Amino acid sequence: MRKMNEGAINRVAGSKQELLTRVLRDYQLYIMITPVMVWYIVWCYFPMYGLQLAFKDYSIFKGINDSPWVGVKHFVIFFSGPYAWRVIKNTLAINILNIFIIFPLTIFVALMINEVRCKWFKTSVQTIIYLPHFISAVVVAGLVVTFLSPSSGIVNVIIAALGGTKTYFLAVSGYFRTIFLTMRGWQSIGFGTIIYTSAMCAIDSSLYEAAEIDGAGRFSRIWNITLPGIMPTIAVMLIMKIGHMLQLGSESIILLYQPVTYETADVISSYVYRVGLLDGNYSLSTAVGLFNGVVALILVMIANKISKNISEVGIW
Amino acid sequence: MKRKSKGGIIFDVVLTCFMLVLVFVTIYPLWYVLVASFSSAEAVTTGKVIFWVKDFCTDAYAQAFRTKNLITAYENTIFYSVVGTFLSISMTCLGGYVTSKKRLAGRNIFITIIMITMWFSAGTMPTYLNIRNLGLMNTRTGILLLGAVSAFYLILMRTFFEGVPDAMEESAKIDGASDFTIFLKIYLPLSGAAIVTIILYYFVDRWNGYFWSMILLKDESKIPLQVLLKKLVVEMNATYTESSSYDYTTTSRETMIFATIMVSTLPIVAIYPFIQRFFVKGVTVGAVKG
Repeated sequence: MRKMNEGAINRVAGSKQELLTRVLRDYQLYIMITPVMVWYIVWCYFPMYGLQLAFKDYSIFKGINDSPWVGVKHFVIFFSGPYAWRVIKNTLAINILNIFIIFPLTIFVALMINEVRCKWFKTSVQTIIYLPHFISAVVVAGLVVTFLSPSSGIVNVIIAALGGTKTYFLAVSGYFRTIFLTMRGWQSIGFGTIIYTSAMCAIDSSLYEAAEIDGAGRFSRIWNITLPGIMPTIAVMLIMKIGHMLQLGSESIILLYQPVTYETADVISSYVYRVGLLDGNYSLSTAVGLFNGVVALILVMIANKISKNISEVGIW
Repeated sequence: MKRKSKGGIIFDVVLTCFMLVLVFVTIYPLWYVLVASFSSAEAVTTGKVIFWVKDFCTDAYAQAFRTKNLITAYENTIFYSVVGTFLSISMTCLGGYVTSKKRLAGRNIFITIIMITMWFSAGTMPTYLNIRNLGLMNTRTGILLLGAVSAFYLILMRTFFEGVPDAMEESAKIDGASDFTIFLKIYLPLSGAAIVTIILYYFVDRWNGYFWSMILLKDESKIPLQVLLKKLVVEMNATYTESSSYDYTTTSRETMIFATIMVSTLPIVAIYPFIQRFFVKGVTVGAVKG
């Protein structure tokens, strides 16, 4: 018994000694990672300390530490107020439309690109349709605003030429989602195809040859070989899209919405931005942000777990 | 060559048409901005410009460049993008390299600290207050440091470094090379392609970002292009206000915005064809490893 203890103590001492030598041996690596760790602590972990504001009544004069605790007051205010349902509904609506329209369209475009035989034509098309991904949110919003301008925007000019009446589309809440999704689609469909076209490259080409010998047409080959071949990728992307639902950023929303379209345009992140940074209600904004962050975290974790299972199955 | 069936030919024709439509829809908005920016304000606002330049003039550009703001904003954007990208890639390489060393004691702690931020962030308001507490409101330093490291790119970089055979490091160690030397002289040169890819990602993110610059920067002399453009766009979207930073006597709001869009997007579009393959590589690598 005593012997065993001594042995354990020796081992501990030994591993401590060993740890010290290892740390000393790699001291340069520790120097190298120091700036990175300092950055992470200052920029990602310091703000987490500020999360307590969600449970406090923040006052600029008292600062974060001395503001009084109020429990879940701000969560109650948010959920009993008129905006909670509105922003949650809008966030979900935009995401669901995204999943039902843009997501399948992306897959469709990828399937079509894969069918193009002429190499240079295919590459040129791909190069062009990836481009909008690299255009900034402000520029894209600028395009939308000018194109839809009620007086001289090209859309209204065409409508007027066809005998219709000019409409200020951005000021009608019923049009907001259509406008936003069109913008999103323009920007993301092309670049979104990359993941699928590269999955298609991995499909065994002998499958296609065999199908051709058996007399399968183009549609049949797409339906029976290409589509099943990229199914695991589709499944993973779908789950990821659902998992990242609540991370819908405010950046492009706040460029396009107006008070008259808040009804359909205001999402959680734009609400957090407006309440906190424009209205100065720091505690409420922090509370809503925290709620969003926690639910988003749970969603992403579930999504990751499911997609891990699927992609393991998908390998087989 | 095999003879094509009738159905096959129809399929190819429809496919080609679809591709052309796709290309048209993608390009047209940008094309329109280009031709409209070179057309007279009158032609643009009355809707005469559709596919081609009408009443060629460069008033919009002259106007845009006359206002000193645009040039200052351009300089700022270049400064933030270049210095910021340098900062980002340095930190990303350091972090990626060190966390790729399996022998390192405490490696998992570092990785955990980095990974958690991919899953959960404190949010807009706490980030804002943190910057204020650090005294970095309305400073260039704040803009450069905020978002300097992306956990995703760091992990991407780590994966590349892990792919370098350990034998390289071991033989250098025998020759007496220090960790600094091994990092700078062996690992960095070997990871050129990966580094270029990530530099491009950071650069485009920096060039295009506007949100935090808009919130943090109050001085006109510090704002980047995107914030300037945002002001123009939102000003137009909001109900017409008489007070504006530009004089619209010879140009219209639209042509002014178009000229500014062209000027701010041109560098990205111009280098785009050359860098496109790097981006594609980045996406597929991320897909495999992520």
